[in-house]
Amino acid sequence: MRREIPLIITFIIGVMLIAALFIPRKPFPDLDSEFSRWFDIIAVFAFVLGGGNLLQVHIDRITRGHKDRWYSLVTVVSFLFTLIVGMLKVGGDPGIKGNYIAEGTWFKVIYDAVFTPLTASMFSLLAFFVASASYRAFRAKTREATILLIAAFIILVGRTPLGYYLTYWLPEPLQFLHIPNLSAWILSTPNLAGQRAIMIGIALGIISTSLKLILGIERSYLGREK
Amino acid sequence: MIKPVFSLLLGALIQLSEDPPAPGPLKILTFHGESVPGIFTLMELTWTLNQPDPETISYRLYRFTPEGEPLLVAQLPPKTHRYEDHVSAGYFFHRYRLEVWEGDSLREWKETEALVAHQGGFVGFRGEDVPHDGGKEIQLFWNWDMPGIEPQEVRIYRNQQGQNRWVLVGSVNKGATRYLDVGTQDGVPYNYLLRAYAPGKIFESQPVEGITSQASWMDMRKINLLIISLLIMGAVLYYILRAGKKEMFIRKIAGLEAIEEAVGRATEMGRPVLYVPGIQDLDDVQTLAGLTILGSVAKLTAQYETKLDVPVSRSLVMSNGREVVKEAYLSVGRPDIYHDDIVHYVTDEQFGYVAAVDGIMVREKPAACLYLGAFFAESLILAETGNSVGAIQVAGTAMPSQLPFFVAACDYTLIGEELFAASAYLSRDQQAIASLRGQDVGKAMALVAIVLGTLLVTAAQVSGSGFLRVLSDGFLRLFALNY
Repeated sequence: MRREIPLIITFIIGVMLIAALFIPRKPFPDLDSEFSRWFDIIAVFAFVLGGGNLLQVHIDRITRGHKDRWYSLVTVVSFLFTLIVGMLKVGGDPGIKGNYIAEGTWFKVIYDAVFTPLTASMFSLLAFFVASASYRAFRAKTREATILLIAAFIILVGRTPLGYYLTYWLPEPLQFLHIPNLSAWILSTPNLAGQRAIMIGIALGIISTSLKLILGIERSYLGREK
Repeated sequence: MIKPVFSLLLGALIQLSEDPPAPGPLKILTFHGESVPGIFTLMELTWTLNQPDPETISYRLYRFTPEGEPLLVAQLPPKTHRYEDHVSAGYFFHRYRLEVWEGDSLREWKETEALVAHQGGFVGFRGEDVPHDGGKEIQLFWNWDMPGIEPQEVRIYRNQQGQNRWVLVGSVNKGATRYLDVGTQDGVPYNYLLRAYAPGKIFESQPVEGITSQASWMDMRKINLLIISLLIMGAVLYYILRAGKKEMFIRKIAGLEAIEEAVGRATEMGRPVLYVPGIQDLDDVQTLAGLTILGSVAKLTAQYETKLDVPVSRSLVMSNGREVVKEAYLSVGRPDIYHDDIVHYVTDEQFGYVAAVDGIMVREKPAACLYLGAFFAESLILAETGNSVGAIQVAGTAMPSQLPFFVAACDYTLIGEELFAASAYLSRDQQAIASLRGQDVGKAMALVAIVLGTLLVTAAQVSGSGFLRVLSDGFLRLFALNY
């Protein structure tokens, strides 16, 4: 039954959600959002599991004297401090209706002064990684890489004023060679065609995988047989 | 002596401060009248004062005769702000005067011209149930045809059949010729009436009667989507059911071949394998595909006794991932080297998770990094960090916007559908491989439709033939979302 019950639930919910797309009569149109809400409720309980695992892994590292124990200590202290400050609503209204993230609460201060800058720093790393990845991808070692390099160069230049000034003087019959026009053409024709081909493949893959999940043909994600 | 005087003064002060402010002079703020919808000989008059009605006042309402003489039509008590007056037919308006009396003295008065509605202006007024919906909605359509008069507002009135009074349900501004009445009771017949308000004039439509809303069992606008879905699902099911013992051909997918090579390399180097199943939860089919591939990877790491590290960003994925890895270790007879910490939770926060995984990469220097699941902006950060530590990297996602990043930074990338085909490829399960053949039927259908559509549209454009245009338009509509 360990496997049968989840498979039955998957089958029923899957079929109902497919039907919901085509049946406008209540309660079908609300099923999607309703089941998403149920999922969120289950996920909230599972978060306790995740938090517990985080503590267990890092406390274990600290007590065993693992080489990364100092990182683990920072993690555990930060986690517990933020959790306690948030739950007790330190600096704000501690009542049941008090908002843990209201202005003036410690949790809000941690969120604004620590969490947000750290997140922004991680995100801003992307700019440097884009540059390094582009450098490697655009090295004209093969014919494909050369085409990629030329296309990327046209799009980059076509999106700047330089692209306009370089070729704006072209006569009307040759306007298709005007760099911004070329850039738009690359994006809207070959690029879009490629993207659509990928999207068709993805859609078919999702249909097939979902069908296998609904019918219980694909069940390895459920883990043990017995 | 001082104490009682002080108390007295204090009491007086409190009394003063608690007294409400004295009301200003009594005024009639609004005084308005017009004929009741659907009854041209019944005038409805409404008024408001600038303050709550004092108990001592009374109202006197006069209608002026055609000769200009005021005729007392009603004497009303306080707190009355509405009166209905029966009048003769054939007038464009009636003049009224409202007086507020207190005892024998007249406190305030106001006059108004109450307009009488006239039929006309509206053409083609009709109502119908909104098709293909969940019910409780009726749509109304009309046109305005009265040269020289442009209504500033159209009000929509509704009554249930059998009831006399019309209830205002909404209004639209000038130019509008459609109204959607939301909140009707399914199966109950309703009548509708329109009123157009032009400066100094009110026009009324003929009522439309007996319109009912009802819920549909099938959204017929999606019938093409249903047919296409059924065809594709039918093809997938057909091949799954036909799958036998005979091995089916599946083309080589370099990225998946490379997984075994990557695990082998990690074994040789004595370094771990890092597996990231995306950052979405279990409700994303890409995460499920990632967990399915994790099972195959875990079997390899168990066989080679290579350390596997699976940091996850969702608790449910952690719990499911553990089941998958445990099953894999059991299936190859190595439960002794399985432990729960192989799959461990980090954080739900996108960039917090990236920071943690980047830290693991930099400290542990895994020999192989596998990213298989749903990814967003973190894809390139993860892949570039993996690249910087010299790991062999295999990525796979169905997020089209992230594919270029993985292609640029990873050694192998599973593009879209290859991610979903991976479990069949790795497990060699004949039913799973057969489902890929069903997908190929879907691709063949898409191919035929694209070629046929291109030919039809081109032929219609080049020839200018009306028949071909109708044919090509119809063909395009087959694949359009009409809702």
